Amino acid sequence: MHEVALLVNGEARRGSVEGRTTLADFLRHELGLTGTHLGCEHGVCGACTVLVDGASVRACLMLAVQADGAIVETVEGLARPNGDLHPLQDAFRETHGLQCGFCTPGMLMTIVELLRENGAPTEAEIRDAISGNICRCTGYQSIVDAVLKVAAEDRGAP
Amino acid sequence: MKPPPFEYFRPETLGDAIAILDRTDNAKVLAGGQSLMAMLNLRYVFPDALVDINNLFDIAGVELDRDRIRIGAMTRQRHIELDDALYRSMPIFREALKLVGHRQTRNRGTIGGSLCHLDPASELATLALLLDARIEAQGPAGARQIPVDEFITGFMMPGIAHNEIVTAVEFTPWSPTHGHAFMEFSRRHGDFAIASAAVLVERDDHGVVTDAAISIGGLGSTPQRHAAGEALLLGSDGSRDAIEAAVEDFGALEMIGDFHGGAEYRQSVARVMLRKALDTALSRAAQKRGRLNA
Repeated sequence: MHEVALLVNGEARRGSVEGRTTLADFLRHELGLTGTHLGCEHGVCGACTVLVDGASVRACLMLAVQADGAIVETVEGLARPNGDLHPLQDAFRETHGLQCGFCTPGMLMTIVELLRENGAPTEAEIRDAISGNICRCTGYQSIVDAVLKVAAEDRGAP
Repeated sequence: MKPPPFEYFRPETLGDAIAILDRTDNAKVLAGGQSLMAMLNLRYVFPDALVDINNLFDIAGVELDRDRIRIGAMTRQRHIELDDALYRSMPIFREALKLVGHRQTRNRGTIGGSLCHLDPASELATLALLLDARIEAQGPAGARQIPVDEFITGFMMPGIAHNEIVTAVEFTPWSPTHGHAFMEFSRRHGDFAIASAAVLVERDDHGVVTDAAISIGGLGSTPQRHAAGEALLLGSDGSRDAIEAAVEDFGALEMIGDFHGGAEYRQSVARVMLRKALDTALSRAAQKRGRLNA
């Protein structure tokens, strides 16, 4: 077993993991953060996307032991502690960016990274960014609309 | 699924990593993990030990000289994609990297990992072959440089020993007036390409092709140089006829079909990609040459 200590959504967390435990399973099973979903478990669907040291990664393709000392952000860290939604979550609600919701955590974390790099992405840039996140409801259009809405609000548009 | 059990090592030095590999049977090197972790989860591989080289920070980074590009094996694909100096020198790197998986996989995936996994459709392997890359590997006996055509020994078979680690990849940049293109077709963006074509060309003031390199990915069991096409282009005027001649002469290339596409279909896709890539690279070279003389 390997001891790991990491910062998850701003909180110091510790755990004892097998070498083979993925970061996704550690977050879900050890830390109880089940917002990170697992679809394919081989890096194709994007549902398990989280941020590690600010970069979006597939949590199923990284071992928990590799996140020792890392700063990890998951969907649970997006809303404020008082329950106010993150502007991106608000926009998803407004534009019906969620259908079944399974892909949503991965979509949100990917787009959070995109918006930190580029506050005003074009539609093409948004589609490229979420190309690694599969939505079986095929609700891509309203997800793209949500990102465009947040980007427009960021620029002071109504 | 979940990975089978294995012993996990995370050495802090290259020497330690090599020593662990040297004394451990059935160990695998874990670089970015974007292929190996998927293969572990699917239980395609059962290593007894993983040697995680993510703490070997010395073998990451892009160095650019006038006559040499050196990329550390642990440099993340996204880092290579976004490197502005590299883009100004050899824009084909960014064009190819944008086709590698998705941003989440490029954030972790490394150039060394891609080359050692050696998928037949790997953009980085196709690019390394195009640029006559030299792959540097280190083992118990020291460091050695392996020409890319010796490194690629067969289907997903990199030419390194079990106790060697790829540490860097070196490329020779082309002149500032070269033209480039990397084109591929996949059913969904980020999937492995059905076929890809990578092209570099140089032209003189009269449009005559003075240098040409063509590499085809996805078609056979490994990326392949299209030597016949290069020979046909060299000394030609780079016209539509010259392009068609290079596209037609596929006789020497190995073609393999699988359930993603039969051999004939892959060949047909490779031809379309090559035609587009040649067209784009030749006009880019002409434009750059024109700007130089303007």
